[in-house]
Amino acid sequence: MTKGISESHAGGETQRTSIMTTVANLEASQDSYESSDTAAPTERVSDRLPVAERPISLSTRNMSLYYGEFRALKDISVEIPERTVTAIIGASGCGKSTLLRSFNRMNDLIPGVRVEGTMEMSGVPIYDRRVDVTELRRAVGMVFQRPNPLPMSIYENIAYGPRRHGVRNRAELDEIVERCLTQAALWDEVKDKLKQQGNELSGGQQQRLCIARTLAVEPDVILMDEPCSALDPASTLRIEELMQELGHEYTILVVTHNMQQAARVSEMTAFMNMEEDRAGVLVEFGPTTEIFTTPKEKTTEDYITGRFS
Amino acid sequence: MEPTTSDDVRSVSAEQFHSSLRGRRLIGNAAVVLFFLSTLVGLATLAALIIDILIDGLPWIDWDFLSTYPSRRPADAGLRSALFGTLWVGGLTALFTFPIGTATAIYLEEYAPRNKLTQLIEVNISNLAGVPSIVYGLLGLAVFVFLLGMGRVIIAGALTLTLLVLPLLIVAGREAIRAVPDSYRQGSLALGATRWQTVRHVILPSALPGILTGTILAMSRAIGEAAPLLAISGLVFVTFTPGHPFERFTVLPIQIFNWVSRPQLDWQHVTAAAIIILLLVLLSMNSIAILLRDRFQRRSEE
Repeated sequence: MTKGISESHAGGETQRTSIMTTVANLEASQDSYESSDTAAPTERVSDRLPVAERPISLSTRNMSLYYGEFRALKDISVEIPERTVTAIIGASGCGKSTLLRSFNRMNDLIPGVRVEGTMEMSGVPIYDRRVDVTELRRAVGMVFQRPNPLPMSIYENIAYGPRRHGVRNRAELDEIVERCLTQAALWDEVKDKLKQQGNELSGGQQQRLCIARTLAVEPDVILMDEPCSALDPASTLRIEELMQELGHEYTILVVTHNMQQAARVSEMTAFMNMEEDRAGVLVEFGPTTEIFTTPKEKTTEDYITGRFS
Repeated sequence: MEPTTSDDVRSVSAEQFHSSLRGRRLIGNAAVVLFFLSTLVGLATLAALIIDILIDGLPWIDWDFLSTYPSRRPADAGLRSALFGTLWVGGLTALFTFPIGTATAIYLEEYAPRNKLTQLIEVNISNLAGVPSIVYGLLGLAVFVFLLGMGRVIIAGALTLTLLVLPLLIVAGREAIRAVPDSYRQGSLALGATRWQTVRHVILPSALPGILTGTILAMSRAIGEAAPLLAISGLVFVTFTPGHPFERFTVLPIQIFNWVSRPQLDWQHVTAAAIIILLLVLLSMNSIAILLRDRFQRRSEE
């Protein structure tokens, strides 16, 4: 397990450089990026930097998103530290998923979506014309609300990403499949039935398969869109443990409706709300313990204490 | 609110309910009988048709009937040239239709921007599916036979039938592609696969059974068509086996049409026998396609 993580870690570093090549002449970001590089090898699970000192992975400044004329997100400014679990909470329809899907540009699939302001990943502007969207999505993985294994075997589900990115060697693929399934705490359950269809697994196993398949392309960031909302409590617990574990190595951004979940798994929490014109805004962002115990904003407190949902 | 007794609260009394119940049941049963009879109209007609043809034609079928060329004498008449013509035309039509139809369906579902032009294309494809087949025959005659100077040959017939059945396959292909869950698409794209990789490795394998079914239906239509090929080929008397796509040809429906218009009684048997062969060709084609489809389905499930 430890071995697997450190390997994927190294892989993540090389790929971070490769997305950087997409936008070559951004000196400043290169610097901040390299500093995280040098810090990385010495960093261990036990002696991580305090949240406030970790480098910024994802950031937005005055970011607004429009569906045609409708402004769904308004002036979002947030800085998400790397190798941290960050939760996004807030009422239904306030744009949590929309914000999440902006980071890997899945919103591009919807006609008429427009983003204003800046969004960056490790200093690289996400919506820059020079950014290759497939490269971005490889670096920013995503786990969906409903487990969505591809219509193929468990093995092929994991191998799908690496294959598309050019890995042909069978031994290498075998190694990736085992490592990712192990990392997603699924290997022991499926190692004897790798040829079985992915959708024959239970819901919780399917979701762990989806996490494993995301790990297989060695992302830096994993976006999770209410990953447990379709799962039973036991499966939810396993996914939560997994999130916390992976949070040491990956930047995890998770949208959740479940406030206990946000409190349990995340170090940082963003609270979003809907304004009167139905535009989503970021009300408050800070360490999870602060958001839940001493929120600065009245609306945050109202939401946390269940005065509205 | 004024106090009411429990009887007044019900708008229908128990007595009323029971007396109307019998009538309602009766109407319900009558409806079922009516629907069943309606179903029988189609089934019985088909059965009568097949039985009549089998009685007329079955004794006439032997190896000679399949392997000899048409003749002026009913006893000597055979299907050889028509059978080969149908195989040639059908095979080439499938070869042209499948890739073009699938590619069009993929483009319209996965790539085309949602704008006026796309809408125009979509409306026109639906309209083309309803154009009478003889019109396609005249189009093929004008464009392939004369304008492009192909002559009244197999390839001109196949291209004409391709135009005829393309809309069918495009519509079926689009439906098959649309039936692929969007979560597959999103899952693949979110892993950094390109659009084409997503189409090639996720969408197409899932949609293939549906596309193949569409192809089966389109080919059945093509092979059974007489009108457009009559315009292309004419009522020719072909007494050789076509060896390449630039030869003259006849097909089963044309041969049947040819024979059915003759007055002597024996030709009825010859015609019925030819119809049986045409039905057999269609049936075996469909079974091959269904087998193929099942194999793909199993493979995509492995």
